[in-house]
Amino acid sequence: MTEIVVKDLFKDYDRVPVLERVNLTLTDHEFCVVLGPSGAGKTTFLRLLLSQETPTRGSIEIDGRPIAPEPEADRGVVFQRYSVFPHKTVLHNVMIGPELTRSRFLGRLFGKARRELEEKARGLLGQVGLADAVDKYPVQLSGGMQQRLAIAQALIMEPKVLLLDEPFGALDQSTKKSMHGLILDLWRANRMIIIMVTHDIQEAFTLGTRVLMIDKVRHDPQAPEAYGSTITQHLRLDPQRKPSLGLAGAEESRTMQDIFRSWADRMGPAVVADPADEPPRQPELLCHAGE
Amino acid sequence: MRRIINYHPDRLTGLLLAMLPFVLLIAAYAVGSQARLAENADDKLMPAFATFVDAMSHLAFEPNRRTGEYVFWTDTLVSLQRLGLGLGISTLLCIVIGVPIGLIPYLQQFLNSFMAAFSLIPPLAVLPILFIIFGLGETSKIVLIVFGIAPFMIRDVTIAVTQIPREQLIKAQTLNASTWQMMTQIVFPQVLPRLYTGLRLGLGAAWLFLIAAEAIASEGGLGYRIFLVRRYLSMEIILPYVAWITFLAFAMDFALDRLSRWTCRWHHLAS
Ligand SMILES: Nc1ncnc2c1ncn2[C@@H]1O[C@H](COP(=O)(O)OP(=O)(O)O)[C@@H](O)[C@H]1O
Ligand SMILES: [Mg+2]
Repeated sequence: MTEIVVKDLFKDYDRVPVLERVNLTLTDHEFCVVLGPSGAGKTTFLRLLLSQETPTRGSIEIDGRPIAPEPEADRGVVFQRYSVFPHKTVLHNVMIGPELTRSRFLGRLFGKARRELEEKARGLLGQVGLADAVDKYPVQLSGGMQQRLAIAQALIMEPKVLLLDEPFGALDQSTKKSMHGLILDLWRANRMIIIMVTHDIQEAFTLGTRVLMIDKVRHDPQAPEAYGSTITQHLRLDPQRKPSLGLAGAEESRTMQDIFRSWADRMGPAVVADPADEPPRQPELLCHAGE
Repeated sequence: MRRIINYHPDRLTGLLLAMLPFVLLIAAYAVGSQARLAENADDKLMPAFATFVDAMSHLAFEPNRRTGEYVFWTDTLVSLQRLGLGLGISTLLCIVIGVPIGLIPYLQQFLNSFMAAFSLIPPLAVLPILFIIFGLGETSKIVLIVFGIAPFMIRDVTIAVTQIPREQLIKAQTLNASTWQMMTQIVFPQVLPRLYTGLRLGLGAAWLFLIAAEAIASEGGLGYRIFLVRRYLSMEIILPYVAWITFLAFAMDFALDRLSRWTCRWHHLAS
């Protein structure tokens, strides 16, 4: 049973308000998605939850206690980029958390403890579909694989809260879809709270049990920076009764090919010609392309 | 006709092209030397290749009559020892000073400007001070090398540390890492490739300071020998010594590159 309470949160940067009067209570096992335009302060909000920044006013409590003033293992995180350590293999990236926790000086476990941890890490990597990549380095992975690794790396710590800052923002549509399936499965299996930032509205409604939007409510044209953002929209959703979920479920299995064709259909009369019907290209040009 | 930047040599052509400047240089020397010697058989400036072989086999394979040492090899050993100690101490300073400065804000504030100022002191200008403090023995030569290369290597490592994405350090903290663990497990391994590069760049300067120190006060070493025989215009010794020093520097550079590839495989996968 975990509960997060954000009370009357304000954050200024050099006297410029970014967030103001943010109030939010999340109870056990929620999937909270934060939407908002670019620059609204979504990342700032996550940084505050992570203790990477300190609030100007207000408080954040987990289970009735103020969060520690620095990042700790009760709050896991996956950033859009740079979440995994480039100098460690996939397997080691997942093992590193427990190793650092249990071996304070060397940061390395040996013998039986190491073998058990390795087994656990391999299991987790299997869950996120990276079983075949355990010995690779992050640079050898695709963007989607790196994000799956980052998720596994965070999950092995069994955090109470998992914070995700546009984790799928750099991924293509079909990879994104499969990541949605994965994160929902993991969220159901591990009873943690997820708070995820995105600017993809479809993603927000597919995943969230709570969807909220942060934006500026007051706007002074003379002083555009006079006011910060606050929560402007706030919905609670019952995942069991989501109408779009069935549809989204079907979309999950669609490949990029299918998505392309469905868009082509939607274009209807705008499609001038299908080059597949046109005569083949001139041999000269082909020759150049082959060089 | 394509643009010239779009023409690439194949493997063999590339190899031959790379060898060509060396061959040309040697050929030019041979021609020049022959012309000068034809004019004046006692010319000392450009000795014939046979003279090099004579002089060097004398120094390398015959024990010195007075000391019983093989001069060329003792010179090499003494110089490499000084250089190795200088480079080793500099590397150690980089790790124990550079990494913490880059990672710990208070330390950064405390030492950054100082290190920047320190690295601007011309090392050769303080050489007399080193001689006064440490005497004319080995210590002052090694300290000169350290003085000459450590400050900029430390600064380079510090900058490399600050360039590690902030996200990595936040992530490490959410994995329970202590400051010590972040230094040893996250930061140090990631700046290691940069340390190798710094060392490779520092190599040239390290040789410079070594030879300068040996020229001024020494009883052996490659630099000492060159400056000693200069009095007799012994080009047949100076030129092979210069070539040998160049070769040693090249071999060390190559070895460091290999070491980097071997110990930081992850880094070289990307490039
Ligand atoms: N460290 C900082 N110092 C000063 N201003 C900042 C800092 N971080 C963010 N900001 C400002 O706060 C606002 C919100 O930024 P951010 O939270 O990154 O927005 P979002 O993630 O919603 O795109 C932006 O106007 C940004 O310029
Ligand atoms: Mg952001």
